[in-house]
Amino acid sequence: MRIIFAIPLALFLFFAGLAAYMLTQDKAQTIPSQMIEQPLPEFSLQPALDGMPGASKSDFIGGEPRLLNIWASWCLPCIAEAPHLERLKDEGVDIIGIAVRDQPAAVADFLSRYGNPYSRIGADDISALMLEIGASGVPETYVIDAQGNIRYQHIGDVRAETVPLLLEKLEEAR
Amino acid sequence: MMRFALAILALIAGPLGVGQALAQQAMPPAPYAYVQLENPVLEAEASALMETLRCLKCQSQSINDSDAPMAGDMRHQVRSRILAGESPDQIRSWLVQRYGDYVSYEPEVSATTWPLFAIPLLLLAIVGLVLLRRLGKRRSDGIDVGGEAV
Repeated sequence: MRIIFAIPLALFLFFAGLAAYMLTQDKAQTIPSQMIEQPLPEFSLQPALDGMPGASKSDFIGGEPRLLNIWASWCLPCIAEAPHLERLKDEGVDIIGIAVRDQPAAVADFLSRYGNPYSRIGADDISALMLEIGASGVPETYVIDAQGNIRYQHIGDVRAETVPLLLEKLEEAR
Repeated sequence: MMRFALAILALIAGPLGVGQALAQQAMPPAPYAYVQLENPVLEAEASALMETLRCLKCQSQSINDSDAPMAGDMRHQVRSRILAGESPDQIRSWLVQRYGDYVSYEPEVSATTWPLFAIPLLLLAIVGLVLLRRLGKRRSDGIDVGGEAV
């Protein structure tokens, strides 16, 4: 009978311990796309600035796997990832940019400051493509194979250590 | 004057990166982000659906409650799809297909969520069993269950 009185205390200690443990854990801030291994949706986006082509699904078909980079001139981590995208470009990777909620002048200004690793940049003014592919933030980078299927999603800015990972995923997607 | 105030704001906020955050709102919002559908029946349908969809940027608000630019873009999708004749269920599953259960505030029974539904039922069943046993015992002890003998 005595042991029954210990049960509430044990339950309390269990939940207090659980709460204390969870407080030390990183909160998952990322929402992974469920569209991995799915084909890109049909889309056709206007150029994000004068003098560069826009982007559509057909730009991903044929040849080598490509990167689809979701970015914006107003996004601070995008400045941090610019040199690493440049490195990927130097490795011969074709990077197609999607500028989210952006203006041509701001895009041109960003590219002149931080470099232009893109072969084309489509303008996604109302996050339509973002929502289609399950992207929840800026920046995100996707590996797209030559058949137009989404093969890998990297959430957040591309860092020095992300470059070899993306190269590996591009190789796997061949 | 407004322009001047904005310039001052940008000067103050610029180094903090707040200017950058404001810049994503410099674009006009999507057509149906802040504009209701003309047909009140369709708008009510859209609005009810938006209450149960989670804003992906703000995490603890529905897209109906949030002023985040992305929530506006999601409201545009909901309203324009309702207008195009899609049902709320179709739109919800279109989003769940892309973001998983995370995006929905209306939990469905699935491989990961079934314990949420099963545990309360299980607890009720246990309580029921305990009550039955206790009451049954009293009855067999010959105590008047419904009376004041307790």
